[in-house]
Amino acid sequence: MNSVIEKRIELKAPISRVWRALTDYREFGEWFRVKLDGPFVPGQVSRGQITYPGYEHVKWEAVVQKMEHERLFSFTWPHPNSLEKVDCPPDYSGAPTTLVEFRLEKTASGTLLVLTESGFDKLPGDRRLEAFQRNDGGWTEQMKNVENYLAENHVAQKP
Amino acid sequence: MSRRSHSSVAAKRRTHALVLAALGDATRLSLVAKLCRGQPRSISQLTRGSKLTRQAITKHLRVLESVGIVHGVRKGRESRFEFDPEPLGGIKEYVDFVSEQWDQALSRLKSFVED
Repeated sequence: MNSVIEKRIELKAPISRVWRALTDYREFGEWFRVKLDGPFVPGQVSRGQITYPGYEHVKWEAVVQKMEHERLFSFTWPHPNSLEKVDCPPDYSGAPTTLVEFRLEKTASGTLLVLTESGFDKLPGDRRLEAFQRNDGGWTEQMKNVENYLAENHVAQKP
Repeated sequence: MSRRSHSSVAAKRRTHALVLAALGDATRLSLVAKLCRGQPRSISQLTRGSKLTRQAITKHLRVLESVGIVHGVRKGRESRFEFDPEPLGGIKEYVDFVSEQWDQALSRLKSFVED
């Protein structure tokens, strides 16, 4: 099973610039779209609030792992049961975590950034339910499909 | 789109429709929400805090079982029910979703450092 995400991206900016954008909590918040409470410190929990439209109710919580100057920045973060607001705010207690790593390499034109996120195989099934809801356009759309299907096939689903 | 992939999409939709039809009920949705947490639960556990009888809860569990998103497992003298997300698609969909989020975040990072 493919449970690792890897992204490689060439950035036309010096490594020091990219390092700052990744590890300065205000700069990180700008592009990631999160309002962080304070600086990243290895071994400590980083907290904040997502500012991405539609997900403002979601808390950011991560544990900073490594900060090797201009080389490696990593953190672990939980994947809670659901990021959707429908039922309740996301519950981070005991949620399984994945490891996110940003590796930097100097190139002729700037910086190569390699991002990896690993550990998805630890996630329980409920995340699949959510992914399914997202990928298929949500409940409203699905319920229409259900109605159509039932109407066409005369399927009775009442217990 | 080839005929083959079209029919597999249709089959997938049909499964999804049946699963969703089974989920299209407040009681069953709340049962799935409880079972989603990962721990198999007994009927008594699932009945606790509900206004419904054991028999009613059992009936709802059978509907969920009929579409394959809930399985009964015997543990000693007791039956426990567990959530099986397989009919809804694999973990791959979730990884793909996260992956797509990273594509967007990294493209924002690119504009941020290159400006």
